[in-house]
Amino acid sequence: MKKLDIREILSNLENYRPKRKGWTWREKGSFEYGPFTYQDASKPMKNSIALPGARNLNDIDPQPDSVITTEIASGRFEDDIRRMRMAAWHGADHLMVIRTAGQSHFDGLLEGTPQGIGGIPVTRKQVRAQRKALDMIEEEVGRPLNYHSYVSGVAGPEIAVMFAEEGVNGAHQDPQYNVLYRNINMIRSFVDAAESKKIMASANILQIDGAHNANATARDAWKVMPELLVQHAINSVFSERSGMNKEDIALSTVPPAAPPAPDLKLNLPYAVALREFFSDYKMRAQMNTKYMDSSTREATVTHVLNLLISKLTSADIQSTITPDEGRNVPWHMYNIEATDTAKQAMIGMDDILSMVELKDSGYLYETKREIQERAILFMEEVLEYGGYFEAVEAGMFVDSGEYPERNADGIAREIDGGLSSGSVYERDEDYLAPVSAHFGYNNFAQYGVDNPSDLIDGCTLEKPEKIVFIDELDESDNVYLRLDETKKYRNSNLLKPEVEWLADGTVQVDITLPTDIRTAEYAAIEIGKIMNLSEVEVIHKEVLHPVEGSRIQLKGKVDFDIDISKLVIPKKIPVLSEDEIRDAIKKKSMTIVAATVGEDEHSVGLREIIDIKHGGIEKYGIDIHYLGTSCSIEKLIDAAIELDVEAVLMSTIISHDDIHYRTMKKAHDYATEKGVRDKIQIIAGGTQVSRDLALETGVDDAFGRGTKGLHVATSLIKNRK
Amino acid sequence: MSKVVRREDDFLNRRNELKNLSDKELKERFWKLANKIVDPLVDLAKNNTSPSIERSVLLRMGFSSIEIKQIVDKVIDLDLMKKGAGHVVYFISSKLGIPIRQAGMELVEGKHIDLLKEKF
Repeated sequence: MKKLDIREILSNLENYRPKRKGWTWREKGSFEYGPFTYQDASKPMKNSIALPGARNLNDIDPQPDSVITTEIASGRFEDDIRRMRMAAWHGADHLMVIRTAGQSHFDGLLEGTPQGIGGIPVTRKQVRAQRKALDMIEEEVGRPLNYHSYVSGVAGPEIAVMFAEEGVNGAHQDPQYNVLYRNINMIRSFVDAAESKKIMASANILQIDGAHNANATARDAWKVMPELLVQHAINSVFSERSGMNKEDIALSTVPPAAPPAPDLKLNLPYAVALREFFSDYKMRAQMNTKYMDSSTREATVTHVLNLLISKLTSADIQSTITPDEGRNVPWHMYNIEATDTAKQAMIGMDDILSMVELKDSGYLYETKREIQERAILFMEEVLEYGGYFEAVEAGMFVDSGEYPERNADGIAREIDGGLSSGSVYERDEDYLAPVSAHFGYNNFAQYGVDNPSDLIDGCTLEKPEKIVFIDELDESDNVYLRLDETKKYRNSNLLKPEVEWLADGTVQVDITLPTDIRTAEYAAIEIGKIMNLSEVEVIHKEVLHPVEGSRIQLKGKVDFDIDISKLVIPKKIPVLSEDEIRDAIKKKSMTIVAATVGEDEHSVGLREIIDIKHGGIEKYGIDIHYLGTSCSIEKLIDAAIELDVEAVLMSTIISHDDIHYRTMKKAHDYATEKGVRDKIQIIAGGTQVSRDLALETGVDDAFGRGTKGLHVATSLIKNRK
Repeated sequence: MSKVVRREDDFLNRRNELKNLSDKELKERFWKLANKIVDPLVDLAKNNTSPSIERSVLLRMGFSSIEIKQIVDKVIDLDLMKKGAGHVVYFISSKLGIPIRQAGMELVEGKHIDLLKEKF
């Protein structure tokens, strides 16, 4: 398999057209994967990477029914593309690229491939290159991949046109986001939004609203729940009235609270209230970011609780937040972790609603109803103020009180204030726009046509050949310069660690120190420096005990690389076919003894290697005397001598202080002492066994995690004395 | 700055009118109010335009992102936004029988102003 070649993606881009337009849902239903039938599932992927635990289940990779989102924000689109490929293989089919800081205030379209901060500058070239890459990747994974970005800011309609032309499948669009969080003039925001939505509707671009930002902004996020319903409603109705179909309108809904707050008690009634009122719309379940700290473990647990709510209510799209978002701009591996978390949790909770149901009385019902009533009261007061604009001007929105309670700390914007105020023009009677997907008054009848774009013989939405492609505008900031900088590491023998950009050199180190947290933090920085890391930074710290121990996670950069042509990689040992093994045993029978040795009660691993029902070596006709667990070395070797066997299998799971290697050496030494070492093979195995280290102890062969009976049988035959 | 004043949670008083509504009636009321809030916003959008909307129209007519900015700036200078920037370009093109792109670029160069003054 080949790595993506960025230059190849960029070549002939000026003529590239997307394969399709519009959003695609998964093919949902009941599906069989291995021994199980899943109810809330979707069609298997052609190529994918299963969860780690699937190793014990023939690598099945069951796919849940919700679309899974991953958000990518490295700031370099060429590196984003590689991450998209990784995420797609893990099961993400909604690839969302974040825009660079400040783009929403840019009055027009950006072009070329400049580097961004916390996202990419969304330009036609980058969008086209990413869509082209996804068109290739979706062939590999065997399912459609939805590409997504943002239609907000003061250039919304132009961005919407570009997205419609380039086959972008989903986009955020919500004028309230402009007004409340970007201080863009409200009149301009709503006038622009209707046009943007109409354009998006023409290309079946799925819309996600921006209400989740209220939860992230409000002081006490759970108190903003009534208002969230109002914000969702305003954007949903406005979208429909601008020409969108209900099935293309998705609510960005977030469980507002997170532990140690009583998560389900606060979030579940809200989720029910929302889904009951908005039953005609799609749900894009986002995860909580408001209460995220730097612990990836804590974030993951919160997100699994969010997933439980998705399963108990519904989620057409399950978004993911990378568990490292509380400490850095997300890294590759955390996009993968987040995607896997969603896949694992949803599949683990498959068909939950056939077993449990939500109560329609008591606390859940009453609280749901209360949230809904509070939302209605909110809307009544909006109208009392004279309408939406007046209510925003008064500061009704994003107040930290639980409506109708009020703390008078909301976000207030002036109707005539904000960026681009006074930039709206009333249309005259003979106003005309000779294009498709234009919202509102359009007097094309004055020129005697039925369809406005007939006037110009079709616009770009019908005739994509009319699109003008701009390549690069900035000679000092573009992808080609960045590719040159990292040329050494592209298609070469050199490897360098990375977390977000090719060869960025960043590594993460996890250190536990037996001291208080503050001492540990500064000691850890010194440790990082002594390890020759540059730009050392603490990204997470955790008290294990006030004085006994502290955990510190560091990031830093290395400035070396590895030449893989000089790397010594032990050869993979070829396995014999099952028939070859059976033939060998038929020709000459084989008897062995097996046991878990030392003070060790683990039996599962060894049983899997020997038992016929797990595909173990019994099935090849090998005669096995199993001595059980906690067997002494002496007993094992003495039994081997007495039974006159060809080999012993010793399992050793406990690895503390390298006890497992010492046990292997003891077996080798004892058999030598007894004078039988040259007659009896000794094979060791265990989850923490490294073959190279084990062989140094004198055993004939050794196996680690993931070993199957076939591997052990191959070794037994090949090493026959 | 927020103009609203602090208020204690008086939900229990305010809900009097709502508490006897069925769940279905409550939902209907919610959507009725939502539509009422949105009505004037839709009307506003129907009858107005903006530089970005007009640029998006020109983009659909086959101009580049750089050209659409120049054309809309020119149309604002001429006080013709109320007619539609696409309209202005279309009119020049159809009146003179020249391609749309040529019409737009010549407008940026300051040509055909008299023609526009005569028409609009």
